[in-house]
Amino acid sequence: MNKIKCECGHINPEGTVLCEACGKPIEGNQHIDGNEKHKLLNMRYDGTARRSQTYNKSIIDRIWSFFSSVKVGVWLIVLALVASMIGTILPQQIYIPEDAVSRDPAIFYEDRYGIFGLIYYQLGFHNLYSSWWYMILIALIGISLVICSLDRFVPLYKALKRQNAKRHETFLNRQRLYSETEEVSAQDIETVQKNLKKARYNVRNDNGHILAEKGRFSRWGPYVNHIGLIIILLAAILRLTPIMYTDEYIWVREGERTVIPGTEGDYYIENKDFIMETHNENDERFQQAIQEEGVVPSNFQTDIVIYKAKDAEVPGAAPELQPILEDSIQMNKPAKFDKYTLYQSGYQVNEFHNMSFYIHETDDEDETALGSFTIDLTDPESEYELDNGFRIVIDQYYPDYYLDDNGTPASETDYPRNPAFVMMVYPPDSDSAEISFLGIGRNIDATGENQYKLGIEDFEMRDVSGLTLRVDYTLTYFVIGAAIFMIGVIQGMYWQHRRIWIHPKGNGLLLAAHTNKNWFGISKDIEKSIENTSIKMVEDQQELD
Amino acid sequence: MDLLNISSTMLYSAFILYLIATLFFGATIRQEKSERRKKTKAGTIGITLTIIGFIAQLVYLITRWIASGHAPVSNMFEFMTFLGMCMVLGFIILYFYYKLTFLGLFALPISMIVIAYASMFPTEISPLVPSLQSHWLYIHVTTVALGQGILFVSFAAGIMYLIRQIDQTVRNKRNIWLEAIIYTMFLFVGFIVITSVFNLMDYNATFEGQQGNEIAEYHLPAIAGPMGGTLVTEDVMEPWFETPSWMQGVDAGRKFNSVIWSFFAGSILYGIVRLVTRKRIGAKLQPLLKSVKPDLLDEIMYRSVTIGFPIFTLGGLIFASIWAQIAWGRFWGWDPKEVWALVTWLFYAAFLHLRLSRGWHGEKSAWLAVAGFGIIMFNLIVVNLVLAGLHSYA
Repeated sequence: MNKIKCECGHINPEGTVLCEACGKPIEGNQHIDGNEKHKLLNMRYDGTARRSQTYNKSIIDRIWSFFSSVKVGVWLIVLALVASMIGTILPQQIYIPEDAVSRDPAIFYEDRYGIFGLIYYQLGFHNLYSSWWYMILIALIGISLVICSLDRFVPLYKALKRQNAKRHETFLNRQRLYSETEEVSAQDIETVQKNLKKARYNVRNDNGHILAEKGRFSRWGPYVNHIGLIIILLAAILRLTPIMYTDEYIWVREGERTVIPGTEGDYYIENKDFIMETHNENDERFQQAIQEEGVVPSNFQTDIVIYKAKDAEVPGAAPELQPILEDSIQMNKPAKFDKYTLYQSGYQVNEFHNMSFYIHETDDEDETALGSFTIDLTDPESEYELDNGFRIVIDQYYPDYYLDDNGTPASETDYPRNPAFVMMVYPPDSDSAEISFLGIGRNIDATGENQYKLGIEDFEMRDVSGLTLRVDYTLTYFVIGAAIFMIGVIQGMYWQHRRIWIHPKGNGLLLAAHTNKNWFGISKDIEKSIENTSIKMVEDQQELD
Repeated sequence: MDLLNISSTMLYSAFILYLIATLFFGATIRQEKSERRKKTKAGTIGITLTIIGFIAQLVYLITRWIASGHAPVSNMFEFMTFLGMCMVLGFIILYFYYKLTFLGLFALPISMIVIAYASMFPTEISPLVPSLQSHWLYIHVTTVALGQGILFVSFAAGIMYLIRQIDQTVRNKRNIWLEAIIYTMFLFVGFIVITSVFNLMDYNATFEGQQGNEIAEYHLPAIAGPMGGTLVTEDVMEPWFETPSWMQGVDAGRKFNSVIWSFFAGSILYGIVRLVTRKRIGAKLQPLLKSVKPDLLDEIMYRSVTIGFPIFTLGGLIFASIWAQIAWGRFWGWDPKEVWALVTWLFYAAFLHLRLSRGWHGEKSAWLAVAGFGIIMFNLIVVNLVLAGLHSYA
């Protein structure tokens, strides 16, 4: 390496722009920070030798330089920003609304948004945030964060540690805040030092050369917050693995006990009750709003019991279940057990549980029941045999009956929300069946010649709770990352690194100052410190370009 | 209800106080040249009135909170009002750093526009749906609004910088863009004026769908009627055309109609002002700012981003994620509102990084500061009313 020796005696690494010790601009390197065209020195990284600006021969050097550029970083941010915006133009696949003709993206986007929707879908924008190119973009930002930070932090840290109080004259007069005073008494210099100390500056005096410094730690803020961001990005990668993150959705019917998916059969859940409450429309406070907007729900709640399965002693036998938790899950109040968290996420009220039918003669005006049977709608049998010899065969079952576009009966969902049946009724000792169509509010005799008629005797309804089960081991890392980010960003934004230099010259002195932000603040500090002395106030030499 | 009466009176008082304060800040124009940054009587009165107004608005907030039993930040009216209040707070904070009275002349009127705009939405207290019933409602929302309020100051300083610095002698791209920004503010004022006028007249036009069900209720004369709706109210204007079918969402017709009216009213207002001044409004305002140092504006602009950015991050991304985790079991779900919070964050992150380079101070920064607040308003208005995801309130 070609080290550069400055006239002050300090040996600087190759690529240094301003001597680490005295700040004198090093000849031949001024183009690196763009100093040659300007009066003021670029103080961004204190003129340190940055790897990215020094070496660019090998491929690694080039890649390093590429990613360490702030310009590249900003471009990556802007690209991520624009891409993110595009993803909100139309709903993402997971947010396809419930009233859509189809949850299938291939149909939905074109159906609702026409040709634009089709193109949007074909470009893969319906899953934009999990697309390979979006992930790569975020990964590139991550790489840029690491390289940018290393490229600057290491040399900056060294330079600030090695800086001398004694600075070269050109370093001072090329600062943004600068003044030259011809005549200053020793008394005045003493006063300034005292004042600066009072303003909590760290004052160093090297043979009359004074450096007053404050808030250097704020310079590390950006690097600290970048570490936080990197932790967050790493956590996001971890979250893609099933070990660290599980996500299951289950529907549990009231009164039902079922194994919880995603728990490897270790846990069972029982839904004791689903409760949906609404705000009281007579509540004085909300009366008007409810009148205008309609009923507003106030609570979604599922009362549950969680069971732990103990391995049965005989392999294959049903496991023994031990209740371990009884809880009420509400929005904003998930239930926790073991490593799992259960959230109230959805509901379906008044799903049909079972229906009972009775049979009577068509002509019988009293509709005297000849026999009856009950169908469990979640698990209907194919055939029901009645005590008196009647046999009913379920020919068709539509859990959620509707007439499709062609006018043929179909089921909209698999849930028994509007059950309907085509039933074949075999009278005792007969092989020929009468066909009946039955549903809520429907009782159709296909031929009009049926001797026997079916009627709905009774039905039971129940609610269904939609619950989300999550295991997320990455949360801790996200929390740590976010905390570090916040510390770093506050450190960098709410404090400033301020430095004031005094350089004796003849009977007078040169005064210069630099801060990484808040020039107004440092000017006020200087103004106060030189009050009642003959030292001239610094002038702002900034060229606003 | 008494408490509610106090509450709305206080909000009204705050608005009037801000108005008077603005006038006092305006009065500092003449004094300023000779004794810049020295305390002036008008400036002191201005900031005192602003603080009293702020306290009045705080009383509005507290009384409404007590009356409704939850933090009044849960619908469009409440949140926008609260944002206006935070914008005033942002101004007060930055005022005490820099003592620039002119900032009040720009920041207060814009905050007032936001508060007035808020009150165009339904102001009844609405009960909370289950997902909003959490302490995180006010922790998350107040922090976000405070961050945005401070970021708003950078917008105000940015606008001032542009008005101060952009060449107005001949028409050029830059002063046309500036004029477009000013025109946009007129559109908001237009919306406020036209809505208030028709509200006073108690205007109402009801539309029915094919099944004879009520599908829309307009409080402005319908220029664009709802899709497939028939006007049933008598003696009111027939719609000129139907809202195109590709406009989706709740009440698309009514919202589209309001937008049309805002353009009408805003353009007329703007036209009148242009006729009276016979100049671009930017050009007319420019001499007012002659005595303000552009450096100082640049610094206020940057400083308010450095103060507001961490608060916005905390409220808009971190607290938001914590609440989302508790309520929905996922801290991030790519809901449009979330994405736009991320977009805002990325934008200001880019802004802060660009400030590291030469050539991005001054005017370019000012454009960015203006655009940044544009994104915030977009997230608030367009995302809520048009893109509507989990956060749609109004």
